[in-house]
Amino acid sequence: MTALSNFITHLPILSAVTFLPIVGALFILMLRGDSETVARQSRYVALWTTLLTFILSLAIWYQFENGTAAFQLEEKFDWLPQYRISYHMGVDGISMLFVILSTFLTPICILASWESIEKQVKEFMIAFLVLETMMVGMFCAMDMVLFYVFFEGVLIPMFLIIGVWGGGRRVYSAFKFFLYTLTGSVLLLVALLAMYFQVGTTDIPALMEFKFSREMQMWLWLGMFASFAVKMPMWPVHTWLPDAHVDAPTAGSVILAGVLLKMGGYGFLRFSLPMLPEASLYFAPLVFGLSVIAVIYTSLVALVQTDMKKLIAYSSVAHMGFVTIGVFAATQQGVQGAIFQMLSHGVGSAALFLCVGVVYDRLHTRDIDRYGGLVNNMPKYAFAFMVFMLASVGLPGTAGFVGEFLILTGTFPVSSWVALLAATGVILGAAYMLYLYRRVVYGELTKADVKEMLDLDPREIAILAPLIIVVMWMGIYPMSFLDVMDASVTNLLKHYHDALATRAADITPLGGQLFAWLR
Amino acid sequence: MLIAAVFLPLLGAFIAGFFGRIIGDRGSQIVTCLGVGLAACCGIYDFFTVAIGEHDQVVNLMTFLSSGTFEAQWALRFDTLSAVMVMTVTTVSTLIHVYACGYMSHDDSQPRFMAYLSLFTFAMLMLVTADNLVQLFFGWEGVGLVSYLLIGFWFKKPSANAAAMKAFIVNRVGDFGFLLGIFAVYVLFDAVSFDVIFGAAESKATAEVTFFSIHAHALTITCLLLFVGAMGKSAQLFLHTWLPDAMEGPTPVSALIHAATMVTAGVFLVARMSPLFEYAPNALAVVTVVGATTAFFAATVGCVQNDIKRIIAYSTCSQLGYMFVACGVSAYQGGIFHLMTHAWFKALLFLSAGSVIHAMSEEQDIRKMGGVYRLIPITFAVMTIGTIAITGIPPFSGYFSKDMIIESAHAAHTGVGNYAYFMTIVVALLTSFYSWRLIFLTFLGKPRADHHTMEHIHESPWIMLGPLVALSVGAVFIGGAFADHFIGEGREHFWREAIRVLEHNDSIHRAHTEHVPFLIHWLPLIVSLLGLGWAYLFYIRRPDMPGRLAAAFPGVYQFLLNKWYFDELYDWLFVKNAFRLGRFFWKKGDTGIIDRFGPDGLAAGTVAAARRLGTVQTGYLYHYAFAMIIGIAAIVSWFVLGRAG
Repeated sequence: MTALSNFITHLPILSAVTFLPIVGALFILMLRGDSETVARQSRYVALWTTLLTFILSLAIWYQFENGTAAFQLEEKFDWLPQYRISYHMGVDGISMLFVILSTFLTPICILASWESIEKQVKEFMIAFLVLETMMVGMFCAMDMVLFYVFFEGVLIPMFLIIGVWGGGRRVYSAFKFFLYTLTGSVLLLVALLAMYFQVGTTDIPALMEFKFSREMQMWLWLGMFASFAVKMPMWPVHTWLPDAHVDAPTAGSVILAGVLLKMGGYGFLRFSLPMLPEASLYFAPLVFGLSVIAVIYTSLVALVQTDMKKLIAYSSVAHMGFVTIGVFAATQQGVQGAIFQMLSHGVGSAALFLCVGVVYDRLHTRDIDRYGGLVNNMPKYAFAFMVFMLASVGLPGTAGFVGEFLILTGTFPVSSWVALLAATGVILGAAYMLYLYRRVVYGELTKADVKEMLDLDPREIAILAPLIIVVMWMGIYPMSFLDVMDASVTNLLKHYHDALATRAADITPLGGQLFAWLR
Repeated sequence: MLIAAVFLPLLGAFIAGFFGRIIGDRGSQIVTCLGVGLAACCGIYDFFTVAIGEHDQVVNLMTFLSSGTFEAQWALRFDTLSAVMVMTVTTVSTLIHVYACGYMSHDDSQPRFMAYLSLFTFAMLMLVTADNLVQLFFGWEGVGLVSYLLIGFWFKKPSANAAAMKAFIVNRVGDFGFLLGIFAVYVLFDAVSFDVIFGAAESKATAEVTFFSIHAHALTITCLLLFVGAMGKSAQLFLHTWLPDAMEGPTPVSALIHAATMVTAGVFLVARMSPLFEYAPNALAVVTVVGATTAFFAATVGCVQNDIKRIIAYSTCSQLGYMFVACGVSAYQGGIFHLMTHAWFKALLFLSAGSVIHAMSEEQDIRKMGGVYRLIPITFAVMTIGTIAITGIPPFSGYFSKDMIIESAHAAHTGVGNYAYFMTIVVALLTSFYSWRLIFLTFLGKPRADHHTMEHIHESPWIMLGPLVALSVGAVFIGGAFADHFIGEGREHFWREAIRVLEHNDSIHRAHTEHVPFLIHWLPLIVSLLGLGWAYLFYIRRPDMPGRLAAAFPGVYQFLLNKWYFDELYDWLFVKNAFRLGRFFWKKGDTGIIDRFGPDGLAAGTVAAARRLGTVQTGYLYHYAFAMIIGIAAIVSWFVLGRAG
């Protein structure tokens, strides 16, 4: 036992967690035999690899110290010394839980694809394992170039997953997804280049200490905003998301909603806020405005959807609107709430997409009207769906409440109007989710093919049960998560407000008088 | 004992909910009844130690939320107010659980029903024992959820599903105000726990804030926001539309949730927040006016309804108005007292109605009843007791609490107080009228049901009658037994810190000490008897009169029958427009503008450009490659430039 814990403490654990999936992918690549055997074996290899990765990632949490804001478990090697670019990994309270989120969801995705992915299983599993490496790497990267490599690297497997294993207009959707995100990314790249030229290093902690001139901050902020806003996605650059979700396979949707949407919020917290405080203060009203529109607009759109996945996709945009509000409120509750909301949405919306996947596998349609009365023959499913629906609605005692509540608490002192308008999402959210649930689950069982549907099988229970537990855990004892991020967020905000303290007096946030009045 | 009182129902719900199939119907009934029954024993014990024994205490369980200066605990607060509520909730809930075992005996998902009932009880107990606003909100939304589940219990009925959704969403509108109220409290006090807020309330008595671009007295705006929440939960005017529809649920649900416990949560909230409301006289005035108007509105509608449960539902709405009037004139003790007596006699009325429905082969329309008192004598007797109690005839319990409210309104000596006094007197008349109308139409006169139904009429089994008898004992005696503690001389010692009333606001004190003219004093009783006479005239002596009256004033009748057209108005104003806007944003916004000029336009442009350039590649893959090349080119140029720089 001591030997094992000794081994784990001396392991470069972040790299291990990051690259273990790639190792699994290499194994799959080497599988030989008839296609049936290869498919079966690659499923198992992928499952065991991702499970092992998850267990290993728990060691990160175990070793993580809550009391400090410092980057922990750091690994740093020269990579391109002549350009002062290094391979630098580390986690703090902001990023650590996202690593766990990624490693937690991936094995669930593999299990969810167990039967529904029938063609090119081997390639699918490889794509998924590569995707996991990219996601984990992105959250661990402490160097801007490394970050960018992972950040963009995520795109490729995801693009393939939608384009190859998707359904419907998958090529259109994949293309739309790619075009949107790439356009944003190019501007992010320009911003990163500009920073590099000015500071001469790509090390993220070093960049955090550097004070950019105000004008520079504005341009850099806009460059990053273009990229992160698309990833969030914020209104009005959100239209790729519903299409991508609709056409992605279930597992793709899960990762898209669960992890990929968090990259934007993470970017704001890692780059925009600490490195560009003056610009963040200046542009906050813009973010608030777009976010409030997102909450109300997309909630209303969600209300009239006839496709289950589209409905949940639109609800994601609304939930992410809360996140951006919380981040730019720049208060302790706002930022902690935003991170929590990202985590809870990561679990909750992933679970909702899995729930759609369950019935899609049986009836091969996502059309809400084709269902109805499922509670009669699928009571276990109805229960699971209910839990996740309530989490999405933000019922206290589930994960969804804590994030929304903290965000609004943190925003109210900054702008009561923003809190008021965003809080309407509480009503609208209930409306569209309950309406969805009512049409799919409640009612008389009349349709012949729906009558034939069987309740959850053991595999599906194994997928959904852990998610139910986590959703409840996050709702009843959120302190396990809030404690992790506490010190880092406090430090981030101290840094932010200190930077503004000397120079904020002469910044008038965008919108000037109007925003001041709307506070 | 404190923890057990709250968590035993949860345990029962858990076992019945998850293992109901294993332990069966009977097992689930025993487990849940045992859970709440034991909780009720604890609740009574706690009431005597805490309220009578003057031993307030807080049990800390663990931290719920902590972020910066924001902190909320999972904790159980036991002072007189919560002890009263815990006792009322657990005892009434126990009787309803027992009743439900009989009432639901033909249903095929009894474990689920019993689990919901117990879960509801737990959520309600969390609400009333909360030590801070966040936990209160947890219980608040928790009861809302279980209410949603129970209203929609018969999920095959589309009307039940619609009613369940409506209840949840309308409540959410109230919760929206409640949430903003919590934020306002936090901004003002930098805390949400009751001890801190109440301790600092006086120091904020004159504070001003700017919320929503309005510069105003801080506590007024805060209290008004909280009151919006209370209005939603307690079905006050404008947010009342869900309550009558909620009668789609099984009858025990109506009794437990929509009469005895959940709907009173709003009253509880205002009483709990009395240290804040006391410094916000304008907010109190609003509470009074809303309460009085709701009482009047619901009573007028109640007079013309024909569904036995809906009449009682409107009656509940109206009685809640009374309780708010009490709070509004700072007679919180009277409000809570009425809350408790009402819990007993209204649960009794609902469950008796359930017994009638049971006897009449699921018939709910009182026009198709009549003349059955001989066939179901016990039900008739207990329902009459409930009616005497609600109409405020001494010495039944409703008399004590209702009279106190009317007198306090009179003793407030304010404009709104006088308005409330006038309204409550009128409503007392109407209450008496519609309550006796219900009795007369249901039990007396000639039978109007078809012979088939009449042949099957039978008294309910003792598992249902037992709770009815127990409740009627409460409906008779509980008022007289506790009047002195709640609203009499002993009230200072009884309530202690749990309710704060400023000296110049103390209308109960004035009602006790000031001289009131003889007529004013006995007016509530007089109008109550008048109402009885009026109902007797209309439905026993001259049964043709109501029809002639309705024919003479068709407009008024339709207006009342259609519940002042609130549902139609809301449907037209909010529901239709929300869908219309959603469709507009989706088709015109997303597809019509953003996509058309965004990605799709760009793609079309790229394709056109590519054609012009004469490239041979077709299909989309080319574009991705093209895009990737841009990215790679950018990276390469970076290195090149980097070397140069």
